[in-house]
Amino acid sequence: MADAYPTTWKRPPQIVTDRRWRLALQIGVVLYLVLAIGTLEVDWARVAAGLERGQRFVMGFLTPDFTSRWIDIRQGLIESLTMTLTSTVIGVIISVPIGVGAARNLAPRAIYYVCRGIIAVSRALQEIIIAIFLVAMFGFGPFAGFLTLSFATIGFIAKLLADDIEEIDEAQAEAIRATGASWWQLVNYAIQPQVMPRLIGLSLYRLDINFRESAVIGIVGAGGIGATLNTAIDRYEYDSAGAILLIIIGIVMVAEYGSSYLRKFLQ
Amino acid sequence: MLHLKGLGKTYKTGDTALSDVTLSVPKGQIMGLIGPSGAGKSTLIRCINRLVEPTAGAVLLGDIDLAKLGKRELRRQRRRIGMIFQEYALVERLTVMENVLSGRLGYVPFWRSFLRRYPPADIRNAYRLLDRVGLMDHADKRADALSGGQRQRVGIARALAQEPELLLVDEPTASLDPKTSRQIMRLLTEICAERDLPAIVNIHDVPLAQQFMQRIVGLRAGRVVFDGAPETLTEAALTEIYGAEDWHAMRAGDAEQAEAEAEAKARMEALA
Repeated sequence: MADAYPTTWKRPPQIVTDRRWRLALQIGVVLYLVLAIGTLEVDWARVAAGLERGQRFVMGFLTPDFTSRWIDIRQGLIESLTMTLTSTVIGVIISVPIGVGAARNLAPRAIYYVCRGIIAVSRALQEIIIAIFLVAMFGFGPFAGFLTLSFATIGFIAKLLADDIEEIDEAQAEAIRATGASWWQLVNYAIQPQVMPRLIGLSLYRLDINFRESAVIGIVGAGGIGATLNTAIDRYEYDSAGAILLIIIGIVMVAEYGSSYLRKFLQ
Repeated sequence: MLHLKGLGKTYKTGDTALSDVTLSVPKGQIMGLIGPSGAGKSTLIRCINRLVEPTAGAVLLGDIDLAKLGKRELRRQRRRIGMIFQEYALVERLTVMENVLSGRLGYVPFWRSFLRRYPPADIRNAYRLLDRVGLMDHADKRADALSGGQRQRVGIARALAQEPELLLVDEPTASLDPKTSRQIMRLLTEICAERDLPAIVNIHDVPLAQQFMQRIVGLRAGRVVFDGAPETLTEAALTEIYGAEDWHAMRAGDAEQAEAEAEAKARMEALA
């Protein structure tokens, strides 16, 4: 007996089910892309000049000069590393209570909204914007950078910590609650052991991000290696700039491997 | 010892999990609570220590109505009720000793628990309990390094560390193999007998319940539909609790299990 089951099958459309709408949307997207590219004005002479400069930059990069600006570079590095470490430590210390307060399963409603608000503000403002603002307030130098990075760390760590606390194994918390434990004891016995490895991992990751950010915010005046790099580029000293970039890359790689090794060790 | 009077729980969604449950558990009695999934077994024992808030009725432990207590007083009263969980609910990353000592959390101030500086009597008692459940050598291991049966023993030691007057036991054997299940049930019944402790045991393994419980209460859709000695749990009663099913097949399977267990036991004795 020949069975009547079909031999072809097509995945049904998931979003726009009407065929005509689908076609219209696809054509519309392509049309818009073509028109948008058409409005870009490309000055090819300027591109050629830029390529030439780029070439000089690459040449400088290939012959890095560590020595002639070494004192500036060293000072910038020390500032950057100091900024990175202090802002990470302070940022994490402030983040922990905010993170606990922003966990729906631990905090009362009012505190929850306040803490989530702080996190939202910290995350909404990009590091460079805060740095410009704080440099205007406290003047050029690493203090503004330290404040910027601490502030950014709060948004990062507190949010991820809060999300992690919300995803803990509730059974363990229930068991601790059933013994008659207080709220602090609950946090210490049921929550902390579950989130601690991740908190340490996140802090190390943030340390590494803060170092990279310290190079960026230096450009807007918040001190550190970024300021040194900016000066070198302004003076057309591409060989010194190349040296600085190589040092930044080196340190980021060391931090990256170091923190991933440590995180693996902690698991 | 424990009296439930007209206990009811209706969830915010409008589902009624318990209605008008009235029960008394005297000192030293081990009561098995059986019933199909969703019958309200878990809700019932959680209403007693108010991990779930009951919406009607009274929970009298001694003279105190637990259903009426404020937060602080509830925490104090929870110390009198030890609880043992289905998936052990140990804090996995803490040591076995810390898990047992966490049974003392309701008795010690925060700084002691934070610094792990428990009073000497608590520590001695924790060791004694670990020895009682046969885990003396495992005190410093992390809880997640233990097997299922061992973890449940730690769970029992944690509940006993509270020096409870009542044990609530939620599906203690649901994630254990048949042999370990029986060992755990035997340990529980022995401990209750030693201390004259009453216990309410949620259990969905009927033969196991009949073997170890002194009294069985059957729950169906949040109501008590059976209450009596294990011998009086007839097929008619089981059908009343669970609906129609072939109870003979289940009992035959249990006979097989009992034989296997007897053999394993004989082998263990030969080893010892």
